[in-house]
Amino acid sequence: MTKQIFEGLRVADFCWAAAGPQVGRELAEHGATVIRVESHRRLDILRSSPPFKDSIPTFNRSAFFTQYNANKYGISLDLGNPRAREVTRRLISWADIVGESMGPGAMAKLGLDYESCRKINPQIIYFSTCMLGQYGPHRDFRGVGTHVNALGGFCAVTGWPDSEPTQIFTAYSDYISPWYTLIAVMGALLRRRKTGVGMYMEQSQLEAAVSFLGPHVLDYAVNHNLLNRRGNRDRYMSPHGVYPCRGSDRWVALAVTSDEDWQRLCHVMGNPEWTKDPRYDSVVGRKENEDEVDRLIGDWTKDFLPEQVLAMLQGAGIAAGVVQTGDDLLGDPQLKHREHYHALNHPVIGSHSYHAPAYRLSQTPCVIDKPAPCVGEHNQYVYKDILGFSDDEIADMLVNGVITTDADAPTTVTVS
Amino acid sequence: MEKKETLLGGCRVLDLTNELGLLAGKVLGDFGADVIKIEKPGGDPSRNIGPFYKDIPDPEKSLFWFATNTSKRGITLNIENHEGRELFRRLVKTADIVLESFEPGYLNNLGIGYSDLKAVKPEIIMTSITPFGQTGPYAHYRATDLIGAAMGGMVRILGELGRPPVRMSCDPQAYFHAALHGALGSVMAYYHQQLTGEGQHVDVSMQDSVELTLMNALEIAELMKVNVIGTGQVSISVRPPPLGILMGRVVFPCKDGYAIVTVGGGAFVGMAKSSAILVRWANEEGMCLEFKDFDFSQWDMSKITQDETDRKDRTIGEFIKTKTKAELMEGAVQRGIMLAPCNTIDDLINSPHLHERNYWEAVEHPELGESITYHGAPIKISDAPWRISRRAPLIGEHNREIFESELGLSLEQMGVLKANGVI
Repeated sequence: MTKQIFEGLRVADFCWAAAGPQVGRELAEHGATVIRVESHRRLDILRSSPPFKDSIPTFNRSAFFTQYNANKYGISLDLGNPRAREVTRRLISWADIVGESMGPGAMAKLGLDYESCRKINPQIIYFSTCMLGQYGPHRDFRGVGTHVNALGGFCAVTGWPDSEPTQIFTAYSDYISPWYTLIAVMGALLRRRKTGVGMYMEQSQLEAAVSFLGPHVLDYAVNHNLLNRRGNRDRYMSPHGVYPCRGSDRWVALAVTSDEDWQRLCHVMGNPEWTKDPRYDSVVGRKENEDEVDRLIGDWTKDFLPEQVLAMLQGAGIAAGVVQTGDDLLGDPQLKHREHYHALNHPVIGSHSYHAPAYRLSQTPCVIDKPAPCVGEHNQYVYKDILGFSDDEIADMLVNGVITTDADAPTTVTVS
Repeated sequence: MEKKETLLGGCRVLDLTNELGLLAGKVLGDFGADVIKIEKPGGDPSRNIGPFYKDIPDPEKSLFWFATNTSKRGITLNIENHEGRELFRRLVKTADIVLESFEPGYLNNLGIGYSDLKAVKPEIIMTSITPFGQTGPYAHYRATDLIGAAMGGMVRILGELGRPPVRMSCDPQAYFHAALHGALGSVMAYYHQQLTGEGQHVDVSMQDSVELTLMNALEIAELMKVNVIGTGQVSISVRPPPLGILMGRVVFPCKDGYAIVTVGGGAFVGMAKSSAILVRWANEEGMCLEFKDFDFSQWDMSKITQDETDRKDRTIGEFIKTKTKAELMEGAVQRGIMLAPCNTIDDLINSPHLHERNYWEAVEHPELGESITYHGAPIKISDAPWRISRRAPLIGEHNREIFESELGLSLEQMGVLKANGVI
């Protein structure tokens, strides 16, 4: 097997939910040894979130959890138990990186904040990531991704100008912030190679997400232009939108980027009479009559499957795409070609798809070969072989509830 | 500006990208890399993308360009010209990473693809950011931001019922995801290069990048055989007959805008508690009295009727309408309620929280005679800070610095190259 980038790198992963664990996951699938610390008594919120295998909500059945924890080792530990200190002391001495994504101050209460960890391991690289950051007047904001989407400005600018802001299904900042964290972690590792010193990094997921509003922030800061919802309209292109297709709730997206594109589109549509209207010859005219143009394009697309429109338009060199559903993505030939989904056989859930990173490295490809752990699945290996506890010590920690077991978990978990 | 240590100091990047990939170089530059943006003579076409400074369409005033090219220096160089390619190869010898976002095969045809550059400098990293990746059935498909968002699945999960699915209006999100993953893949390859001396080709797909943003939509599709769709201002629970579908409001109008308010509970302890606190707040002001002392752990989604839900939404909605976004935020934080105002960009710029955290960065634009507010650090690192080291380059702003001082061209030679459309 080819050598992996992070072979030998050790990560103590105290993260939970979605943003934090993705950092450890991409390190793990490039060779790092990542130990995910969990407790049956305070389950990761994703273990309580659907989808569950056969819709039965118990803690080892959530595929939402497994997605972000592939290739990791899992241990169970009650961090609130004073005797957990010896475990965390050994874990932090062992680690190169400590990551956490609990609420502000939670790690300090457990004696696991950066300063405490640095006393144990002076070279430690430590990142904290949470919704609004460790400090600031709103740091104790209680909400979940749905709410952060609103705070970050994304709800207000998604939807239609004649309607209201919309919810955003995904916890959007969770899919922006981890990549900045990971870049910073690698930078910190390189710096440590040169200087021998570790460091602390603090992230507000909201702030990371706001970096994706760059041009619109400037437009307000400079021009006082406030971005509003505009459906699928574009500043410059027309037609530009999502149009109905044959089938139930099927849609195609297309973007005409120039007048040449427009001529090609007219040709693909068979040059119907209405396209000869000189108002439509230039983008200025099409923008002025955009409602009409969109209606006429939709009248044409509705007789075809979205895949047919895509094939016809891409064949003519026009940017078009199917508005893909989850199902479409699972069967997408391009994603298959790139081996974007890897099926791994989880002991409880069975076989399901784990996505790969968005980049392919020609010399050091990712290896996605271990499904996410069940809670405490690797206790024996980690406590004994990595952390050096004896069988007797492990048995004692089990008896005293330091190491939590399935019996400590609720029989069914909350469905949120 | 005070020179502080940075995370990626010492890493040199040549940036050939267009609007699809521009953010990648910015991310690397803001973390400290020495990024040289290479534009066509006359300027990159993405300088024509608005919005514009003072709304004046001018290639030196594109706010899109400003936002995606901070911490870069800029030169002009025609890589379609033989002399231009020679100069490019000389620059490659000084670089660690080349970023590009051309159609797959374009650079190979010019003789400066990954394998060609590897011959020039074995440890070079080339990162290619394209709509669908370098190979495969869609590799040569054209895609804009909207198409990337649609093909990656993001459009389908946004929008409201009964209308077409939408992309976010804060474009270009799909480009930005692709570019951020381009930066990430580049740093991963750079880390490997620093340890082993080995370079590689990094192949990034916008479609893949967007697919990673869908939260658990794919797992829901695979395990539950349900495709997630955008449901606008309501959330929908699907229940077996006779109860059927239940629709509850999530987006509520407030005094000066809107807020996301999640009320309910059942077995979700945090939500039940939050709902009870919200009702208590309303009760203090003589509202929502019909829910006084209501036990939200009894709000059982498997039993509740649409009428009961509508009544709850109406009552809560009346209270929310009496508050401003700022009042709702303060109440949410102080009382521990799961609600959030739908901030607009001015709310963000004026946010006391972001202000207290010194989030916003003031960047000098001497040519405009002013300093402009930019977004701040995506992660705070006091020992080696993220920072905007310079505003986006003007067209050919650093030609002399690079061609004359670094590559040793004389002004006379530069004049000849300029006259021949090379720089």
